[in-house]
Amino acid sequence: MRFILRRLGFYLLAFWVSITLNFLLPRVMPGDPVSRMFARSQGQMTPEQVDQLRKLFGLDHRPLWQQYTSYVHDMLTGHMGISISRFPSPVSEVIASQIGWTLLLGGTALVIAVVVGNLLGILAAWRRGGVLDSVLPPLLVFIGSFPYFWLAMGALYLFGVVLGWFPTGHAFSVGLTPAWTSEFVSDVATHLVLPAATIVLVSIGGWMLGMRNTMIATTSEDYIVMAEAKGLRPHRIMFRYAARNAMLPAVTSLGMSLGFIVGGAMLTEVVFAYPGVGYQLLAAVQGLDYPLMQGIFLTITAAVLLTNFLVDIVYVRLDPRVRVA
Amino acid sequence: MSTDHTADVPVLEVEGLTVEYVGAHRSVVAVKDVSFRIGAGEVFGLAGESGCGKSTVANALMRLLRDPAVITAGTIRYRGRDVLAMRPEELRAFRWKEVAMVFQSAMSSLNPVMTVGDQMADIFTTHEGLRRGEARRRAAELLELVKIDPSRLRAYPHQLSGGMRQRVVIAMAVALRPGLLIMDEPTTALDVVVQQEIMAQIGELQRELGFSILFITHDMSLMIEISHRMAVMYGGRLVETAPSRELFAHPEHPYTHALINAFPPLTGPRRELTALAEELRLGPIPDLEDRGSGHWVAPTVLATTPGGGA
Amino acid sequence: MSATDPAVEVRESAVVAPGAATTPGTPAQPPPRVRTRGLFRSLGRNRKAVVGLAILVVFVALAVLAPVVAPGKPSLITDVASLPPSSSHLLGTTAKGQDVLALTLWGARSSLLVGFLVGVAASFLGVLVGLASAYFGRAVDDLLSLLTNVFLLIPGLPLLVILAAFLPPGTATIVVVLVITGWAGSARVLRSQALSIRGKDFVAASVVTGERSGFIMFREILPNMASIVMTTFLGCVIFGIGSQAGLEFLGLGDVSTVSWGTNLYWASNDGALLTGDWWAFVPSGLCIALVAFALALLNYAVDEITNPRLRSPRGRRDRAAAARGRTTDESPTTPTVVAVEGAR
Repeated sequence: MRFILRRLGFYLLAFWVSITLNFLLPRVMPGDPVSRMFARSQGQMTPEQVDQLRKLFGLDHRPLWQQYTSYVHDMLTGHMGISISRFPSPVSEVIASQIGWTLLLGGTALVIAVVVGNLLGILAAWRRGGVLDSVLPPLLVFIGSFPYFWLAMGALYLFGVVLGWFPTGHAFSVGLTPAWTSEFVSDVATHLVLPAATIVLVSIGGWMLGMRNTMIATTSEDYIVMAEAKGLRPHRIMFRYAARNAMLPAVTSLGMSLGFIVGGAMLTEVVFAYPGVGYQLLAAVQGLDYPLMQGIFLTITAAVLLTNFLVDIVYVRLDPRVRVA
Repeated sequence: MSTDHTADVPVLEVEGLTVEYVGAHRSVVAVKDVSFRIGAGEVFGLAGESGCGKSTVANALMRLLRDPAVITAGTIRYRGRDVLAMRPEELRAFRWKEVAMVFQSAMSSLNPVMTVGDQMADIFTTHEGLRRGEARRRAAELLELVKIDPSRLRAYPHQLSGGMRQRVVIAMAVALRPGLLIMDEPTTALDVVVQQEIMAQIGELQRELGFSILFITHDMSLMIEISHRMAVMYGGRLVETAPSRELFAHPEHPYTHALINAFPPLTGPRRELTALAEELRLGPIPDLEDRGSGHWVAPTVLATTPGGGA
Repeated sequence: MSATDPAVEVRESAVVAPGAATTPGTPAQPPPRVRTRGLFRSLGRNRKAVVGLAILVVFVALAVLAPVVAPGKPSLITDVASLPPSSSHLLGTTAKGQDVLALTLWGARSSLLVGFLVGVAASFLGVLVGLASAYFGRAVDDLLSLLTNVFLLIPGLPLLVILAAFLPPGTATIVVVLVITGWAGSARVLRSQALSIRGKDFVAASVVTGERSGFIMFREILPNMASIVMTTFLGCVIFGIGSQAGLEFLGLGDVSTVSWGTNLYWASNDGALLTGDWWAFVPSGLCIALVAFALALLNYAVDEITNPRLRSPRGRRDRAAAARGRTTDESPTTPTVVAVEGAR
């Protein structure tokens, strides 16, 4: 329990750091990008909206601490300002309408990559020197060297444009209305294949190699020799004894790698015009939409921290040694 | 060799066992031409300093050696069955059922993320095809056998004391009533009081269940207390094999002599101890010759240093 | 480990310590500098390292020679747009009529430079934080570890985006931003390594004899971490090159400079994908991947040299098979690659 509370405290701290970073950036950075944004878009805003954005970016003349407290309050209550690129929607609304797609894409890719990658790693370690162990790792390392978005471009060009097997973008076909019908769900699934596959392809190698190496380290532990001496069946030693223990570092690195996965998902969205927050981020960058950029940053950070916290809870279930500590 | 334990049909016969660590550029012979027999109900000791190949012999007997260690010569027979010729499935059934092993460190030989009960029940579900509930009941009995409260089945290894963990491991080892128990320094990691308890426990179990023991240790005084016959190992070879009391009273090999003098006897009068290197220095042993009746060999190069300095 | 008692008898010459086989000729407890040199010598004998180095050398040479091979301004817009590869334009032209080969060659300069700078700066910062954390311990360690972990946890790309968005666009900004987001990973790895060296007796001895902290940190601890500093440096370079491309692809770099990232940005913006101009985006992406792959190869090579257990035992398997008359159920170790701390 103390472990969980300590982690929770740490995540809250990390979130506070992100809010503070967000607060400080427009206020301490040289130059004045925010004024440029205003100059570009003031015509369409009501005076109240302008006023709120000024407060958000420190263009009012209150003392800094006062700005800070009201800023933190605004962020925690979801008042992240008005989006410029999707005027006049509030930032929180824009993000809310799109985060679902990012979660769908990132989540699908993550689950597939983790499950398949770890299984491959277990098998490779168990059959050291087998085909799986000698062919796959170098290949996956090579594929893993490509930038996410470039692989996405290649996949889009090859399977979307040239072969025409999969749609070339968006989350569902034009003309369909979102509903829980089999037609819509399967349409969403076909749109998901290419973006998810590129993320899986790039990230799976890391999981496989990481698992393989911890498995190799684990199989030289005394308790594995003991399990072997006990005459247990190989698959039981592999899954119940070795993989069970080798999984622990994998769970820890799951939390750490979430940030990378999210980054990869966002870039992939850009390539496929997939309507998640990553694609929106590109629009925000191009439209000098600072409130939206910061809002996306905070939301993604919160999501990553929350997932990490969930991973910690799972970890406690898996490792009895932390439970007592 | 006139011990009544060396019956007509020995439990274990090891003949010319050689284990090499095969490297890319050179191979290292860790165990060279080791032969011994263990009779039914006999406690056979294997003594020697750390790194002399004792544990390698122990692991070789159950074919637990990992690459790069390879058995390159010799035979191992258990009740007449050729252990080295066993097929994987046959070997798996042989392990623990016929020969079980107590490893040096109970802490590291128990899986830290599984309960003690699960690890004990494993043995019964695998070898006797029992259902989980029945297996756990048998595991509880086992714990009682080594005087641990059966409620501890749900404990994880880190929740037990060092002595308890070792007792759990011993209980696991006798679970299937094996004919031979290999004990690789079972008490080295424990303090003296617990060590005595464990040894008493082992003695009791052996009287009750009647298995043979291959007892491995570097602790000569402990060895002499419990083993009927013993062998002294040095540099991967057996340098002397004899009934324990005989060997203790008249060590024929200088290394045996040195090893005996390096430990205080558990019983008998006090005397000065000598460190191994103080009394003699053993040079490299490039060629070993069998001498006498084949149960002891002597290095041809034996440099005795007068001062004990480097 | 009970299964492997160190062996005693050795067939060739003198007694050899178990780990020493890695770098023959290196004494067991060598002075730090000898060990570093031993690492480089071993790298020269490692196939992965040689291949990786060769690829890198080729790319550096191309970057240096860009003005000779492809003279003139690479971003020059001409009217020969969207030509597929031919003898006059080996890699074809973009939708704006720029020569793709020239863009790729010139792009190598910016990408390699940024990658290298980020690698140096981020691993330097990582070394500083990691060493200080491990050496001073207690409050300093708590604080620095906390900072490191916070930076590791905050998702990189969105952070990169807001940092880059508020800073004036340009290569310098990209380097600064990438260093800010990239140092934490190496700091964490280096700290744990430094911590284990901090616990060694020779460090304690220096502390007792009153050596200055800086001396102990940089002259006694650091040289013993040569290989791990090397791997984190390579990791940082990979991170730098990949992330720069990502940022520029989003349009957050200076889109008027020529780099692999901006090449891809323009290719995507000009609709190269939909018009089928594959030659506009394939070369730059392939270059990024090849350089990253070469660096990863070097990384694995360093890992293998310092951790023999992961090494490929070439020839050993045959000898083992020949040596044992019968087969046991343990399969021998195999040639494979090793994972490092997630690079991107």
